[in-house]
Amino acid sequence: MQVQTHVDINSEWGIVAARQAGRKLAREVGFGSVDQARITTAISELARNIYLYAKKGQIHIEEVHRSGKKGVKIAAIDNGPGIKDIRKVMEDGYTTSGGLGAGLPGVKRLMDEFAIDSVLNEGTTITAIKWLR
Amino acid sequence: MRIPILKLRDYLLISVQVELDDQTALQFQEDVLSKIHEEGSRGVVIDLTSVEMIDSFIAKVLGDVVDMSNLMGAKVVLTGIQPAVAITLIDMGITLDDVPTALDLEQGLDRLQLELEG
Repeated sequence: MQVQTHVDINSEWGIVAARQAGRKLAREVGFGSVDQARITTAISELARNIYLYAKKGQIHIEEVHRSGKKGVKIAAIDNGPGIKDIRKVMEDGYTTSGGLGAGLPGVKRLMDEFAIDSVLNEGTTITAIKWLR
Repeated sequence: MRIPILKLRDYLLISVQVELDDQTALQFQEDVLSKIHEEGSRGVVIDLTSVEMIDSFIAKVLGDVVDMSNLMGAKVVLTGIQPAVAITLIDMGITLDDVPTALDLEQGLDRLQLELEG
């Protein structure tokens, strides 16, 4: 059975709801506590980015299968302002919000696969996958 | 939601037992500082044993609490950070370099005593 869920992000509470949904799904897929924390943290960063920069959007979380492997895929989707300079946001320490600037580069390191698709003034979709070892 | 802050002689003891949303984390930051001010506390132990996830925002709030309390003249020690949380923070490149830590509440209190006497 394929499991999937999605959470609307339009307030800070959405961030917590997305984290909890992600932890639950990661546990069901069979991830251990460390990878559960990685996946939950990645979701938290992506959900916060939606809230901070696009005000609203969605986090989709689903179980994925590829060539005999099982994993969890996160998709963070918004119709916000888009990202002007993707290379810049992937630099450690770069921030426009007064944060640590660890968010997106952090998510990339926490997960196994990571992709940003962003169009200025149209929106951003970020996808990330963690595979079960 | 408010995180309870206990006073023990010159110290404040806090055990974070709730899932930290942004508002709760910021409220907590303010509450710790006001309590230090009110009670004239010299040291604070923040126990994170029950915290299952620290993202970059919460890490910043915690690091800031330590710096802000230092400015006021109180030392803060973070205790009980779970293995999964430590691994995740380092993966993210967050090292919380100047933040004093200890394994548990008891060692946290010992560490405070050392810092305050030393």
